[in-house]
Amino acid sequence: MTVVFSKTPGLTENETHYCPGCTHGTIHRLVAEVLVELDLLEDTIGCGSVGCSVLSYNYLNVDMVESAHGRAPAVATGVKRVHPDKPVFTYQGDGDLASIGTAEIVHAAHRGEKITTIFVNNAIYGMTGGQMAPTTLIGQKVTTAPDGRDIAHSGMPLRMSEMLAQVPGSAYIERVSVHNPKAVRRAKRAIKKAFTYQMERKGFTMVEVLSTCPTGWGLSPIDSLKWLEENMIPYYPLKVFRSPEEDYPQ
Amino acid sequence: MAKMLMKGNEALALAAIRGGCTHYFGYPITPQNEITEYLAREMPKAGRVFLQAESEIAAINMVVGASAAGGRVMTSSSSPGIALMQEGISGLAAAELPCVIVNVQRGGPGIGGIQPSQADYYQMTRGGGNGDYSILALAPATVQESAEMIRDAFQLADKYRSPVFIASDGMLGQMMEPVEFGDTQPTLMAEKPWAVVGHGGKRKPNTVKTLALDPLVLEEMNLARQKKYAQMIATEIRYENFQVDTAEIVLCAYGSTSRIVKNAIDLLGQEKIAAGLIRPQTLWPFPDAPFQNLSKKCRRVLCVEMSCGQMIDDVRLAVNGRLPVDFFGRTGGIIPAPEEIVGQVKLLLGRK
Repeated sequence: MTVVFSKTPGLTENETHYCPGCTHGTIHRLVAEVLVELDLLEDTIGCGSVGCSVLSYNYLNVDMVESAHGRAPAVATGVKRVHPDKPVFTYQGDGDLASIGTAEIVHAAHRGEKITTIFVNNAIYGMTGGQMAPTTLIGQKVTTAPDGRDIAHSGMPLRMSEMLAQVPGSAYIERVSVHNPKAVRRAKRAIKKAFTYQMERKGFTMVEVLSTCPTGWGLSPIDSLKWLEENMIPYYPLKVFRSPEEDYPQ
Repeated sequence: MAKMLMKGNEALALAAIRGGCTHYFGYPITPQNEITEYLAREMPKAGRVFLQAESEIAAINMVVGASAAGGRVMTSSSSPGIALMQEGISGLAAAELPCVIVNVQRGGPGIGGIQPSQADYYQMTRGGGNGDYSILALAPATVQESAEMIRDAFQLADKYRSPVFIASDGMLGQMMEPVEFGDTQPTLMAEKPWAVVGHGGKRKPNTVKTLALDPLVLEEMNLARQKKYAQMIATEIRYENFQVDTAEIVLCAYGSTSRIVKNAIDLLGQEKIAAGLIRPQTLWPFPDAPFQNLSKKCRRVLCVEMSCGQMIDDVRLAVNGRLPVDFFGRTGGIIPAPEEIVGQVKLLLGRK
């Protein structure tokens, strides 16, 4: 019998706690596969965050340190300055990165910190039960905007990739999605590029991954994938916003 | 090594390098900037890492990362900056991550002022952040002692896997005094098998974390930390007794204030009034014993602070009602004069 498929050694044997249909599991696996394929798994140090992925250290087969809400880029900075030659990443959601942690992510990028940030954007606070995030779409109903997000009251959804691409220290910024197999393959290529550029010491690297939250959105897993495609991608276009292969005005 | 004339802040910085500090993260705030500036200049020369953070919040979280990764790490700040760091300090205590945190205290609350103060006693000894934890707090009174306590702080941090405070103040940080560093080499860092360095395919992944959703597990973790704190209380308390045995009134003061109190005690001696001083060198754990062993001659205790009265809580707990405990303090950045302390003592003892 030939083994045609097996679980990546980049993941532990633990079962995840994620809700059915949540795409965190897919994104974890992409990170794990990339680290294995780049032969970085043994040296990698991860920085967790607060939100649904708070327990990511139980699933990713690498040394990890927990971070307080929003602070993972600062924690990762501390780790990287001790181990400048080792791969260091943060894994953060949109509440963590785009709300409470904006200062830390902007300044990690600003310093050109040689880390990789996996930014999982599902347009909602999942862990705490579906509150409004800076990324929540206009009209999207959430528990703290029960009639839907209103621009006059809460502003427009924040596009972090576009914003961080403007920061000189950023080397590579791409937004991807995981709503279908083609998108998943593209997401994996992006994550691989990000870690590769980190090891080449190009600067700050981030991959924003559009992700689903069926529980928070009140949709089935299938409908969630469709909702992501029809609602999130038009506002959050999938593209490379910054790459070391292109010149940017200084 | 010959004696050098240095500012308290600079002596703290040089002593940190000599104590084997590998990484420093900080954010500008008066009156501690000489530490940050000295280390920006000297750490790279010593092959160490200096990084200016974007905020105190980032600085303390960089400390978290660097300590978790096995570095010998320090940060420094002043009162409002320490307030911003409290989330991280609670996390460091919970994750049992060693580091040294220097607090060159200034007047508060709020933005307050930039003159010397001791109004962070609560902030440093009462937790400051959330949860059940304690932080060793060493309180130097001279520039020489500042240098020595930094060296000890790194050792204690590693010994207990715990953050350690240096409780300085704006006067001690800014004054110049002769200081001698000796020729001792920095002690070796403790083995850190728990650090996140990459598992190398040789062991299960290390995780540095504080989250414990199961209340039974969290209670167990808290009780384990309490055992560590009990060991600190049993072995790390430091204090100085100055003319306590013959005193009819014992004063209690730490840091810069203790030196002014010693001047006041000398002045009182000239007027044949026997006063003594108990000077806590650790604010936490607080030295209870000297207050429990006061001689029969002692009629009362006076706590002197550059605050509205914070350490006096611990003095009262230590005295435990056996003697009257009074307070004298100046606040907002005002340094008490020996004469006003003398006046307060005479008032309390009913002397003219």
